[in-house]
Amino acid sequence: MRFSDQFEQRFTEMLTHYPTKRSVLVPTLLYAQDEVGFLSEEVIAEIASRLDLTELDVRNVISYYSMLTTKPRGKFNVQVCRNISCLLRGADELIEHCEKKLGIGHKGTTPDGLFSFEHVECIGACSWAPAVQVNYDFHENLTTETMDRVLDEYRKKVQ
Amino acid sequence: MATLVSHPDEVRIVSKRFGQGATKIDRYLELDGYKAVRKALGMQPDAIINEVKNSGLRGRGGAGFNTGLKWSFVPKQSVKPKYILCNGDESEPGTCKDRLIFEEDPHSVIEGVIIAGLAVGASSGYIYIRGEYRYLLEIMQKAIADAYAKGFLGKNIFGSGRDFEVYWHGGAGAYEVGEESALMESLEGKRGVPRIRPPFPAVVGLWGGPTVINNAETLASVPPIILAGAEWFANLGTPKNGGTRLFCLSGHVNKPGVYELPMGYNLKKMIYEVGGGIPNGRKLKAVVPGGSSCPLLTAEEIDLPMDFDTLMKAGSMLGSGGVVMVDDSTCMVKFALRIMKFYQHESCGWCIPCREGTDWLDKTLTRFHSGGGIRKDIDNIQYLSENMLGRTFCPLGDAAALPTISIVKKFRKEFEDHLEGRPCPFEKKGTVEQLPVFA
Repeated sequence: MRFSDQFEQRFTEMLTHYPTKRSVLVPTLLYAQDEVGFLSEEVIAEIASRLDLTELDVRNVISYYSMLTTKPRGKFNVQVCRNISCLLRGADELIEHCEKKLGIGHKGTTPDGLFSFEHVECIGACSWAPAVQVNYDFHENLTTETMDRVLDEYRKKVQ
Repeated sequence: MATLVSHPDEVRIVSKRFGQGATKIDRYLELDGYKAVRKALGMQPDAIINEVKNSGLRGRGGAGFNTGLKWSFVPKQSVKPKYILCNGDESEPGTCKDRLIFEEDPHSVIEGVIIAGLAVGASSGYIYIRGEYRYLLEIMQKAIADAYAKGFLGKNIFGSGRDFEVYWHGGAGAYEVGEESALMESLEGKRGVPRIRPPFPAVVGLWGGPTVINNAETLASVPPIILAGAEWFANLGTPKNGGTRLFCLSGHVNKPGVYELPMGYNLKKMIYEVGGGIPNGRKLKAVVPGGSSCPLLTAEEIDLPMDFDTLMKAGSMLGSGGVVMVDDSTCMVKFALRIMKFYQHESCGWCIPCREGTDWLDKTLTRFHSGGGIRKDIDNIQYLSENMLGRTFCPLGDAAALPTISIVKKFRKEFEDHLEGRPCPFEKKGTVEQLPVFA
């Protein structure tokens, strides 16, 4: 299977960082997921063969890390932090609001494939709570109103 | 991008370049960048270790172990290569300080890694950054590439005849990987399951080689120590607690943010003066002093200096610098439940007391909070928690148990108020207060 040139370049570079091939596995899986959208059977087989691992080895690692997924997600993955600092500043209301607005629950995807929604644990934005990550982008000090604006901006990106 | 704050009581050592464009290497050089490495290249390894040891710098990841002492455990001679591993897997709830260091001053971490390498005789280092911090990984990748381009990394660094390599590494979401042995497993491309100790990483670490693992803030504190000396750094703090640290104020506080304050700064002052007190005319009920794994302090227990030893004596921990304020509108049963749900989610399942303990505690607290609690549950929650302590390979079991025990002990009445099918006294549907946002 084919990945982008940037992926290949980074993969080749990473192999020079470590005394063992296997060490590139975790960052490589995340970069592959960024390109394909999820870790498909094909991606798992490809990475396993490149690193001389069994597919089971790779699946074992995937199941440990919360960011890695073997199921397709929406184009924009909305991750609302529900940990203590965010909880104290309105995470529950934000979660309820997003679920209503998007019409989906935890780990759901909208029928148009645009948004996925997830409750996540601490994303390191405690002093700027409540916080949300959409894919890799942080959105902080949110209210239900600013959250609507954030969602609208992502919606506009595909129009 | 995280918002920066300031307060007159701050002593800016680690944060001195924040907001000054120091991610650019030329700017970093103008602001005394890479001077400490140049100085360290002219020092004997033992002299570097002693300087750091005498400075009283203690691990900023939470354990608070003397950094110089940790370095001194690395054997002088080793058949296998030695490594420096920077722990940037910041995941402790309440903690968001390493994020600012990577965002504002990535070269200070690289410099700390090189100095640690010179001290213990390692010739390569890894900077592990949590997967969620993708934009910071990109900042670090650029910083490392710039340092190579200047000849500060690679062969013959600064023309000294010494070689030193620094590599970036990205995670993919796992709290437990912040624990040092799990971090090494993750870097080796495996599940982040902890290793038994001894042997400690200083002797048998990455790929079996002696490895120094330090938190990003710890490493960023090293260059100033090398430049200005151990005595200067030690005098900034309290005895055996040298320097300053980044405190992340969050939760029910008027001015949340990351502030750099001297070690031993009074917690009450931190909350009411630096943090501007509790919003909405509410009263403080409890404080998480150093990230969610620390036992909570009640509002009556906060008049104390924030250093590792005092917090230990007070029955808590200074932890990772995440100070979370909780006001009197908060249900402590719900708070305990939220903490437990986190640890249940993050438990890797390797050690049975943690895997089963967090799961049963989550189930019990969920039922309890929703009104299905029985009196016996209160003691059971404490009993289950106490039986997790010290019975796991990594401290995740302790991290789940300690805050829970403290909440049951200090807020027992709130548990009793939930008994006999009574609804949670703190749930007020439809009257959610909006907290002010500090910008």
